[in-house]
Amino acid sequence: MEKELRLMKGNEAVAEAAIRAGADGYFGYPITPQSEIIEYLMEANPYETTGMVVLQAESEIAAINMVYGGAGCGKKVMTSSSSPGISLKQEGISYIAGAELPCLIVNVVRGGPGLGTIQPAQSDYFQAVKGGGHGDYHLIVLAPASVQEMADFVDLSFELAFKYRNPVMMLSDGAIGQMMEKVWLSPPKERSKTVPEWATTGKPPTRERNIITSLELDPDRQEIFNKKLVAKYNEIREKEVRFEEFQCEDAEYLLVAYGTSARVCQKSVELSREQGIKAGLLRPITLFPFPSKQINKLADKVKLILTVEMSAGQMVEDVMLSVNGEVPVYHYGRMGGMIPTPDEVVENLKERIIGG
Amino acid sequence: MAKVKGSIVVNIERCKGCGICVVSCPTGTIEMAEEVNSKGYNYAYPAHPDLCIGCANCAIVCPDGVITVYKTKI
Amino acid sequence: MKEITGLKEIIKPENLAYKKSDILTDEIMHYCPGCGHSTAHRILAEIIEEEGIQQDTIGVSPVGCSVFLYHYLDIDWQEAAHGRAPALATAIKRLLPDKIVFTYQGDGDLAAIGTAETIHACNRGENFLIIFINNGIYGMTGGQMAPTTLPGMKSSTSPYGRDVRTMGNPLKMADLVATLPGTYYVTRQSVHTPANVRKTKKAMRKVFQYQKLNRGTCFIEIVSNCPSGWKMTPVQANKWMEDNMFPFYPLGDLKTPVEQPVQQPKSE
Repeated sequence: MEKELRLMKGNEAVAEAAIRAGADGYFGYPITPQSEIIEYLMEANPYETTGMVVLQAESEIAAINMVYGGAGCGKKVMTSSSSPGISLKQEGISYIAGAELPCLIVNVVRGGPGLGTIQPAQSDYFQAVKGGGHGDYHLIVLAPASVQEMADFVDLSFELAFKYRNPVMMLSDGAIGQMMEKVWLSPPKERSKTVPEWATTGKPPTRERNIITSLELDPDRQEIFNKKLVAKYNEIREKEVRFEEFQCEDAEYLLVAYGTSARVCQKSVELSREQGIKAGLLRPITLFPFPSKQINKLADKVKLILTVEMSAGQMVEDVMLSVNGEVPVYHYGRMGGMIPTPDEVVENLKERIIGG
Repeated sequence: MAKVKGSIVVNIERCKGCGICVVSCPTGTIEMAEEVNSKGYNYAYPAHPDLCIGCANCAIVCPDGVITVYKTKI
Repeated sequence: MKEITGLKEIIKPENLAYKKSDILTDEIMHYCPGCGHSTAHRILAEIIEEEGIQQDTIGVSPVGCSVFLYHYLDIDWQEAAHGRAPALATAIKRLLPDKIVFTYQGDGDLAAIGTAETIHACNRGENFLIIFINNGIYGMTGGQMAPTTLPGMKSSTSPYGRDVRTMGNPLKMADLVATLPGTYYVTRQSVHTPANVRKTKKAMRKVFQYQKLNRGTCFIEIVSNCPSGWKMTPVQANKWMEDNMFPFYPLGDLKTPVEQPVQQPKSE
């Protein structure tokens, strides 16, 4: 079957891609700027065609716990929300990670903290990448920068989630969620009939009972489990780093940005080069695992690194860790839902080049 | 006339000495022992086994299921 | 295994009148002596065995004294976050509609932190069973006041007795969910006497059989004791429960099934 070309909003693309990825269930709650995801799914009514369950839960907390229950049955399940709702889900996410369950959580980030704004932001980086929920765990975090990636990353997220038995987050923002672009949609996949051996589906005589839990009162055993998780995250760091480079081959100055900021920076690189400044852009696609090695390599060649984020400066810390003092690292950002312009970024880069 | 006689088997190591079986027994078969088991509980036991009618009241009310009941017609 | 037996000549396999269910694992249940949780677990295990549904049943365990429920019954289990069991069960039942799904929750789990999940699952008429153990106190965390603690009842966070002016009145959850069209059968039982155990077992059998009808949520509240939390012996606690809890939480059916259309039409 062929891919299908459509003009869609980012949020709609996530929803359509979920149906085509053979998702078994979506459990969500309305919140701006991502309510289109559940609205699209309700309208598409995939229960009639693929049997995919779509349920509007009573809260984001209920929704993430529904995801937990569905994931425990070995099903491809997902939820979506925006910043304040993602905060509500943190306990559930920690439980999902602690029980080693696969799932997808989509965060269409808005300005915060608190109730904040409904405009786009990138101020949930720490929450997504450094924890969010309690305990020693990590989410695999994918950062789409286009409507196409909003669609493509859904199937990729499920694949990674099941490969590592870990929750995956798509960290998007309100601009990408709302913008309309061309998107090539993959042909629909059938919902999987494979049942993972750890899933709760009713205990047949042929196996021991499956228990989905994250509770362990014996600290010795809990530490063994924590070490298992650490090993898993190390494997993910080895194998699943994804990034994109734009004009980095001869770059003297490096921009690091993801999502909407990366789109802005791509233009900034072009504008800089017109002015004789050899800028390049590294766009992390996975925020966890972070492309530390590649940034470290590029640090050998460049004179400074400027991260551009729609936040007070969060990813900049991971860039600093990656270069380990080898090269100056600066941050330029807009907050509160404001999006930087390509010119602003160029101006800031020039200031840094001159003044440091 | 056929008479029903019962016999209970109490796993005294798993008994927690709650005493609910004693108040549930209609014939006074069960009593709490003076001795304790290895967990320190005064366990229940059939002190008057010939009174037992195998009604299983004790067993079905026992939280820990430590009593097994047999009965027969004599 | 140390045993004391009655008349030995009667002890023959053909005379077996009662033994505990094989669905119960060998693990010693950690509950305090006389705790109604253990009895409820036993009844649950017997029903699962007698109905032959071990292979089809998935339980959702709570946070509370019964957090380790999954060690005691040999079926597939999911451990829920505090209060969220009905959310897990919603997804499990919707994704595996042919399986038998139930939650087992205490009063903090179901009526405090999980009130929204309880009400909304019942309101949607999810086709699973909620088993609610109500002993009017938070056992696991050391005896604090629960949403179902009686007025005037002492606990570690109501040391002078529950004062309804500042602490509110106890919630009658079975009554609340019985008013929702989504619930199919709502009953309140106890497990402290043989007669009540037999009644509860009957009710338990019904609710597991009803699940196959897909007619909504079944809710069985078991008013139970907490000898440790109430600071009484088990026998005293059961008497106190009869004298104080039952007048407030009367036993019996609050909602019996009537013929009604199948819940959750697939499309409008």
